[in-house]
Amino acid sequence: MGTATEKVAARTGGGRLAALTGWIDERFPMTKLWKEQVSEYYAPKNMNFWYFFGSLALFVLVIQFVTGIFLTMNYKPSAADAFGSVEYIMRDVEWGWLIRYMHSTGASAFFVVVYLHMFRALLYGSYQKPRELLWIIGMLIYFALMAEAFFGYLLPWGNMSYWGAQVIVSLFGAIPVVGDSLTEWIRGDFYISDVTLNRFFALHVVAIPLVLVFLVVAHLMALHEVGSNNPDGVEIKKVKGPDGLPLDGIPFHPYYTVKDLIGVGVFLILFSLVIFFAPTMGGYFLEHANFDPANPLQTPPHIAPVWYFTPFYAILRAVPSKGLGAALMGLAVVLFVFLPWLDRGKVKSIRYRGPLFKFFLYSFAISFLVLGWLGLQPPTPLFTNLARFFTVVYFAFFLLMPWYTSIDKTKPVPTRVTYHAH
Amino acid sequence: MTEEVDTGRRHFLTVATVAAGAVGAAFVAVPFLASWKPSARAKAMGAPVELDIGKLEPGAMVKVEWRGKAIFVVHRTPDMLAKLPAMGSSLRDPDSNESEQPEFAKNEARALKPEYLVLVGVCTHLGCAPLEKFTPGDVTVAADWQGGFFCPCHGSKFDLSGRVFKDVPAPTNLPVPPYQFVSDTRILIGADKGNA
Repeated sequence: MGTATEKVAARTGGGRLAALTGWIDERFPMTKLWKEQVSEYYAPKNMNFWYFFGSLALFVLVIQFVTGIFLTMNYKPSAADAFGSVEYIMRDVEWGWLIRYMHSTGASAFFVVVYLHMFRALLYGSYQKPRELLWIIGMLIYFALMAEAFFGYLLPWGNMSYWGAQVIVSLFGAIPVVGDSLTEWIRGDFYISDVTLNRFFALHVVAIPLVLVFLVVAHLMALHEVGSNNPDGVEIKKVKGPDGLPLDGIPFHPYYTVKDLIGVGVFLILFSLVIFFAPTMGGYFLEHANFDPANPLQTPPHIAPVWYFTPFYAILRAVPSKGLGAALMGLAVVLFVFLPWLDRGKVKSIRYRGPLFKFFLYSFAISFLVLGWLGLQPPTPLFTNLARFFTVVYFAFFLLMPWYTSIDKTKPVPTRVTYHAH
Repeated sequence: MTEEVDTGRRHFLTVATVAAGAVGAAFVAVPFLASWKPSARAKAMGAPVELDIGKLEPGAMVKVEWRGKAIFVVHRTPDMLAKLPAMGSSLRDPDSNESEQPEFAKNEARALKPEYLVLVGVCTHLGCAPLEKFTPGDVTVAADWQGGFFCPCHGSKFDLSGRVFKDVPAPTNLPVPPYQFVSDTRILIGADKGNA
C-alpha cells in the first residue's frame, strides 16, 4: 500500500493532512497558488500606514457581498413593495437592521478606503511604469464601484433615491442627438419607474458584482506580476540576494497578513462605532429625505448625492451649461486613468519629489475635499464661485502635470528602501 | 498531398470564423439591448390624460401626472400675460427656438389659448420639479422677481411662460407637452390635433 506522496507524508510526519494536501496538489495547484500569491510573494519591507487600504478594500467587498446576499432574501425590487420591504427588514426581520446598516455603512466605508488607497498611489507614484495597467484595472474597479453604488442607491425607493437617479440618468440627456432616446432606453420607461428599479436591481445584485470580482482578481494578478510599490518608490527586484530573492522583500505571509489584521481590527472598531451610534452619519451616509417613499411629483427641497459623489457633483453645478458641466464631470473622473502618461517625473515617491509636485498634489487633495463639501451645500452665488475656483485647481493638477513634473527639482533616490528595524 | 501547413488557408479560415462569430454576436445582442426599451405596457400607460379646467381660478395652478411627470396647468390672469413682452432681454431663448414644444406653442405665451399655460413641470437642467413662484417681488427668488417658476435644486429661473432666464444652469425653456382642447373646459394632455 501507499503511493509516493503518502510515503513522503509519512516520512515528514505530516500524516493524513499532508497526504490530503498531496492528493489535491496532484489534481489542483493549491500549494503552488498559496506559495506564489501569498507565502512566497515578496513585498517591500518598508510598507507603511498607507498600505492598509488595499486589503481593507477587499475586506469591505466581502462585507458587502455577505450582507447584500442576506438583504436580497427579504428585499422586493418593485415600485410598490421596495420601500415597504426595506422597512420590513429594519423592523420585523431579526437582526435585519444590523445587516442593512452594515451594508449601507459598508458602501460609504468602501469609498473611504478606496479614496485613501488611490491617494496612496498618488503619494508614492504607484501608477508609474511598470504599474500602468495595474492602475488602469484599479480605475476600472473604481468605475464599477461607482455604478454599483449608484444602482444600489435607487433600491430603497426613498425620495432621494428617486430624485438622485432622476438627476444622474438625465445627465445622459446632455449627449447630443441620441441623448433623449438613450435616457429612455436606460430607464425603460418615460420616467424612473418600476421598470427602472427592477433592472437596477439586476445590475446591482448580479451584473456589476460579477464584473467587480473579475476586476479584483485581475488587479491582484497584475500586482503580483509587477510587485508592490513602496513609500520610497524603489524597485526591490533590482537588488537581489544570492538566493534570488529581493533583499528588501519579506514574504506577504506571515508578515503582511499579520500587519493587515491590525488594520482590519482598527477598521472594525470604527465601522462598529458608525453602525451602532451613527448609522445615518447625520444624513451623510443615509440621507434624511430618503425616509420618505419615492414621489415622482415632489422633488426634495435640496438634492445632493451621497458624499462620495459630491466632488464631481460640485463640478457639474459649477458650470452654467448642462452639456459642458456633464462633460467636465465625466472628465474629472476619467482623467485619473491617464496619470501614468501625464506624469513626466523621474521619481515615484513624494519623498524625493520636488516642491512643485507637492504643491499641486496638496492643492488637489484640498480641492477634492472642498468640492466634496460644496457638493452637499445649496448652490448660493458664493458657493458656486468657490466651486468654480476649486474646479480650476482640480483640473490644474492633471492638465499641468506634464509641465510641472518635468521641470521639478527632485532629490536623489536611494537604491535600497529606507527602513529602521523596530 | 504535401505535409506542410497551408498558412494562407489557415489564416483565411481563422478570419472567416471570427468574422462570422462577430456578426452572430452582434445579431444576438439586438434582442437583449432592445429588451431595455419601454415595453408595450409602459407605452400603454403613457397614454394621454384628460383634465377638467373649468373650475381652475385665474392665477391658480393645477398639477396632473402624465408619464410620471408633473404637468403644470396655469390659468394666467391678464396681468400675468401683460408682463410677458417685457421679459425678452433677460431670457436665454425668448422665442423658443431651441426649446421643446408643439409648433402651436412657439409664441410668447407658449400656449394654444394664451390664458391657459400647459408645461411639463420638469426642470430642463437635471429633471427636478420647479416651484410656482407667482408672487411678484418674491425675495426668496430675486429682489426684482416678476413671477414665474424657480427650481430649488440648482437655482434655475423661468418666467410666466416657462421661458428660461439667462445665467442659470437650465439650458432651455420648460417643455410644453402636446395637448388639445376637447371642449371649452376639458383639455387632453399627451396628444395634439396632429397625432390624436
